[in-house]
Formats: sequence, C-alpha cells, structure tokens
Amino acid sequence: MSTNVAAEASHPAPGDKPVHYLNWAYGVRSWLLTTDHKRIGILYLISITFFFFIGGIYATLIRLELLTPQADLVQPDTYNRLFTMHGIMMIFFFLIPSIPAVLGNFCIPLMIGAKDVAFPKLNLASWYMFMIGSTMAMFSLITGGVDTGWTFYTPFSTTYSNTYVAPVAIGIFVNGFSSIFTGVNFMATIHRMRAPGMTWFKLPLFVWSHYATSLIMVLGTPVLAITLVLVALERLFHFGFFDPAYGGDPVLFQHLFWFYSHPAVYIMILPGMGVVSEIIAAFSRKPVFGYRFVAFASLGIAAIGFLVWGHHLFLSSQGVYAGMIFSAISMMVAVPSAVKVFNWMATLFRGSIEYSTPMFYALGFIGLFVIGGLTGVMLATLGIDIHVHDTYFVVAHFHYIMVGSAVMGYLGGLHYWWPKITGRLYSGFWSHLSALLIFLGFNLTFFPQFLLGYLGMPRRYHVYPEEFQVLHVLSTAGASVLAVGYVIPLVYFLWSLKWGRVAGDNPWQAAGLEWHTSSPPPVHNFTTPPVLAPDAEPYHYDEELLTGTPSPELA
Amino acid sequence: MSETSSVTVHAPGLAHHFDSYEQQKETSLLGMWLFLVQEVMFFGGLFVTYVYYRSLYPHAFNVGARELDVLWGTVNTGVLLLSSFTMVVAVMGAKHGSRGGLLAGLWGTIGFGLLFLGIKYVEYSSKWEHQLVPGLNFDWHGEAARGIEIFFSLYFGMTGMHALHMVVGIAIMFFMLRPAARGKWTPENHNFVEGFGLYWHFVDIVWIFLFPFLYLIGLASE
Repeated sequence: MSTNVAAEASHPAPGDKPVHYLNWAYGVRSWLLTTDHKRIGILYLISITFFFFIGGIYATLIRLELLTPQADLVQPDTYNRLFTMHGIMMIFFFLIPSIPAVLGNFCIPLMIGAKDVAFPKLNLASWYMFMIGSTMAMFSLITGGVDTGWTFYTPFSTTYSNTYVAPVAIGIFVNGFSSIFTGVNFMATIHRMRAPGMTWFKLPLFVWSHYATSLIMVLGTPVLAITLVLVALERLFHFGFFDPAYGGDPVLFQHLFWFYSHPAVYIMILPGMGVVSEIIAAFSRKPVFGYRFVAFASLGIAAIGFLVWGHHLFLSSQGVYAGMIFSAISMMVAVPSAVKVFNWMATLFRGSIEYSTPMFYALGFIGLFVIGGLTGVMLATLGIDIHVHDTYFVVAHFHYIMVGSAVMGYLGGLHYWWPKITGRLYSGFWSHLSALLIFLGFNLTFFPQFLLGYLGMPRRYHVYPEEFQVLHVLSTAGASVLAVGYVIPLVYFLWSLKWGRVAGDNPWQAAGLEWHTSSPPPVHNFTTPPVLAPDAEPYHYDEELLTGTPSPELA
Repeated sequence: MSETSSVTVHAPGLAHHFDSYEQQKETSLLGMWLFLVQEVMFFGGLFVTYVYYRSLYPHAFNVGARELDVLWGTVNTGVLLLSSFTMVVAVMGAKHGSRGGLLAGLWGTIGFGLLFLGIKYVEYSSKWEHQLVPGLNFDWHGEAARGIEIFFSLYFGMTGMHALHMVVGIAIMFFMLRPAARGKWTPENHNFVEGFGLYWHFVDIVWIFLFPFLYLIGLASE
C-alpha cells in the first residue's frame, strides 16, 4: 500500500504550529457538538475509561470478599449486587463499545481513506445514546445496584427482585441503539466511503473484523432490545410474557437473551482480533499470512456465532438433540478462530519481529485467546459442561476471552494508535512493565479459577469451603497485580499528552493509510485525498520501510 | 466515486465528506436499509414470542383473537395502505421538484397516520372497557384465561410497538413540513424524504403481518 499512496502528509516548517483535529477549535461546544469521527472516538475513550474503572471497583470488592471463606466484607445481598453491576458495567458500558467505538471510530475512516464515517451526526447520536443509557445504569448503581446477574433471568428479574431492574434494563435498551448506530454507520462507511482504488481485498483486516462486528451489532442488538422491552413491560405493568404465574415461559427469555448475548461475545473479540492482525503485521514487517482467510474467518465467526446460543441452555430444559446440535455448532466456531491464530503464527514466522509494547499485547492476546478458546471447546462438550456448569471454570473461560483477549486487544490497539491519536509517544519502560504486569496478573487471577471450577466451586457464591481458600487467595493476589497494571497506563498516557516525545507521522513504520497522514491527523483526515494504485496490496511493505530504524519508543 | 471529487465539495446539500450526490444518495439509502434490517430483527423478536406462545396456547389465542374488532382492524389496514400511497406521492413530489406534491403527500400521510392512531385508540379503550388489559384490569374467567392473558399481552405489546413507530414517524413528518415548504429537498438531493418513505412503508408492512396474526387467524377455527 505504502508506495502507491498519492497522499502525503503536510510537513509544516519547524515552529509553525500545524492545525489538526485537536487544536482547530477549543471549548466544550466544539467537543460536545462535534461530528468528527476522531473527536467522537475521544469522547468514547473518556466515557468508557470511566466505566472500566467503575466496573473495576466492583471486581476489587468481589475479590476482597472472596479472600476468606466466610462472609465478612459484604452481606449476601450486597454480593449479588456486586457481581451484577460488575458484569453490566464491564460488558455493556465498556467491552461492547471499547474497540469499535473508540479505535474503530478513529481509525476506520483513516484506514479506508475517507474524510469521515458515512453518517457523522448519527455517530454523535450514538455517543449521546451511550451517555443516556449509562446514566440510567448509574442511577441504579447509586440507588443500590441490581441483583439479578447481568443476564436478567426471568421471573426473578421481572417479579421477585427488589432492586431497580427497570431503569437498568431501559438503560441497556437505549445503549443498544448506540451500538446499532455504530454498526449501521460502519457498514455504510465500509461499503460506500472507500478511497478510489481501495477495493475490498485491500482493506486492512481491522476493517474486515469491524465489518463482521457491525453485522452482529445490527442483527443481534435489536433482539436484546425487544427482549428488554418485554422484561420492562412485565415488571412495570405486569404484562404476561415470561413469568409462569402469568402462563409465560422463562426459558423463552433465555433463548431471546442469548440470541444476542452470545454473539455479543464476538462483538467483543472480533475487533480485538482485528487489532492483533494490524499489530502483528506492523511489528513482524510482513503482510498478514493468508490475508483472505483471516478476512473470511471474521465473517465466519460472525455467521456461526448466531447459531450457537443454545449452549447456554444445556441445563435449561432444552431437548437433548437440540443440545447436541448446538454443541456441534459451538465447536465449529473454533475453526475460523484457529485459522486466525495459525495465520498470525505464520506471519510471525521469519518475520523481523520487534518487541514493542503493542506487540507485547498482541502476543499476550494470542496466548490467552488460545487458552480461552480451547476451554470454550471443552464447555461446548455436553458431558463436560454438565459437570462444570455455573462454576468458576466458566468464569475463568469467559474472562480469558473477554479480559485476556478483548481487553488485551483494546490496550494493544490503544498503544498502537496512541501516537496517531495524540501525536505523542509514551514511556517505553513503563508501558512494557505494565503490559507484563497485566499479563502475569491476569494469569494469576484467572488460572486458579479454572482449578476452582473444576473442583466444584460454583460461581456467584460469596462463601465457600475452606479447602478452596488457597486458590482464592492466589486469584485475589493476581487481581491486585492486574489492578496496578491497569492504573499505570492511565498515568503514562496522561503524562505523554504534555511531556511525551513527538511521535511523527509513522513512528512504527507501519503500512496502513492511517500512517500516511500527519499525527494528529488534520480535521478532514488527509490534506490530499488518497488514491490507491491498482497493484497496491494490503500490508505490503516496501524495501525502504523494511530497512527502517527501530521504533523510537525503545529509546 | 468520481475523480473530480474535490471540486464539488461546496455544492448545495452535499455533505463535506461525500464526493458526489450519487455517493451521498447511495450511502444514505444503504444506511436506511441497514436500519430497517435492524427493525426486522426487533419485530422478529416479538413475532418469535408470538409464534411460540401460539403453539403453546392455540385454543386460547383463537378465543382471544375473536375478542378483537375485525371491522376496525380492516378499516385501519385500509387507512395505513392509503397512507403509504400518500407517502409515495410525497417522495415522487420531491423527486420531480414539485413542492406542492411533496407537501400534499406529507400532509396526507400525517392525516392517515393520525386517523390510524385514532382508530387504535377506540379499539384500545373498548379493550379497557371489556377488562382485557393485562396487568391493569384483566378479568377473564374460564379455562383458557392464562393463554388469553398472554395473547392480550402480546396484542398490546406488538400493536403498541407498532403504534410507537407510527408516532415517531408522524413526529418526524411534522418536522419535515417546514424544510419541505422552503424547498430544501431538490430532485438531486431528497435522500431524507426517500429514506423516510422506506421507513414508513416498513411500518406499514409490519401491520400487514400483525393484522392477520392478531385479528384474522382465530376467525376460521372453532
């Protein structure tokens, strides 16, 4: 790609302050009413960081309570609220918007050579929907939290829970539209806004993975939305939908809920896979091996992902044949996932590997994703699932996917594009250290939970037999390391804004179009609209870049 | 995308991030279709719920359906189809630069839309009088009472969601009247009108499914 790009970033004379998207206007209005995809990405970045730390506080309290076998820190009721609010905050208000709404928003138009997303106002509306939805969730948090679990299983959520379920349900409903708007916007953008010459098979894999993610957002989220409407109607007006007292069937709720909420896992992981593809290519100085397979694997995961929700209902009166079919289809998700992992391996093979911080995260992602994915195959197996159903084995499995993979992908992407977003480089030492702490802390937190679950420790309990204490203490110790690892980037990222070294247009000598504009990019992204030559290829590094100097971050 | 892109940037009605009217139009309509896909899934969740409970309580659903007023339902179907016709008039008006046609079409659609909601109100209040509103005043004695309560929960849930879409649509049309009168939409750029037309027809089609599912399906059986 790089050699054939007509666009060249403007290089103002030294001392001449270049105008870019951050400094062309100041003031609250210029941010809150912006339709610039880059600024909206920053708005999302600030908001979801807030919710990440709120969710983190809940996680801390959970781990502290589990330090001892007795209930000493919190009451049973409070504990139920802790794990519910941890799940709701982390899933709906951090993980689902994380990579798409922050990095996707920022990078996709740059990567495809567009001036903005297809619908800039809708993009801003999506952020406002997010803020309204999250405010409603915060209302419930302030009034004591919800105790239904993030899954809102009926009839407990519609009839028996004594907490403010309806505001949270409606908040997630509203937040769902933020997700739908983002999905519609990305799909229209990728279809219609590509620069001349940027054909489908020249798109970076990050864009492909966001296309697949958007498909899930557009097709899945509305089903959750209507389900939550029904829950709210049953709770507020006692309409009969799911409560057996009214003749309803609670299992129908579970089907509708998981029809969205299982594919939602792929909303969280697919963008992370896209980030990893970009990082691996950039720091192996090679095009991604088997580009088309990786691109189609994203679509494959999205498509198969819609047919596996029944594996959450193996023990919910689902027929045994349905269980077998759902089990088999669930295992099939491992195929496109493995295609990606093997292709990343092949990309690394004989690459000119540079251990930059984003690369730390990408390599960590691959390792943790393999563990999370393979335990997923175990859980898709009917016999094993019945044994470890609702135990810490399941908790450990999905944290390997949603934290070990998705959050690592998010942080990796943030480190990779931070110089582009802010124009500054962060500290090499501290970023390496925190990446290492996060990797070690994560494994120390969650690997013992596999053992706990296999030995029979059920999830959502705050008391346990004494023989489990050693593993729980290990897990809490790991969580402390993890917490330190998450706080350090907050410090050095903020530090870099003022004191970080100026990054330059392409500090990593990476290939994508986003590196061919200035850092931070100008308001309309490119001073000259980019045009790709017919023989341009994705991730094609020319000789000049291959022999480039090591990244300045290591200095 | 045209090669002579940057020249047309300041063309009237062309947003800064598009190169041509054609690109803007295709993008805008694609976005609307994607939004409608989302709507299909949204109502799809309701229809799945309906089909499931119908298979669970077939008799009760037939009894419940016979409580609905087929005459008003049929009249309303006609009203909604007429509103779709006036919507087409509005879109054609915008397409051919006829400001009068656009305004007449919008007013007609608003009128038929409000008429539909009025008739819906009459129907809802008669359900209230017959004590058929679940949760609030449902009172039915008989063997199929539970299934009938579910039927009416679905009746209000489905027609309510549909009516909500109509209310939103009518509100948007009221906001369209002023720019329409001022000639904001030209034959080159009337994507908003066309996209809104797609939305309105979609809401119409949802009713085309609701009407037989709720009103007609119980008539033939005993």
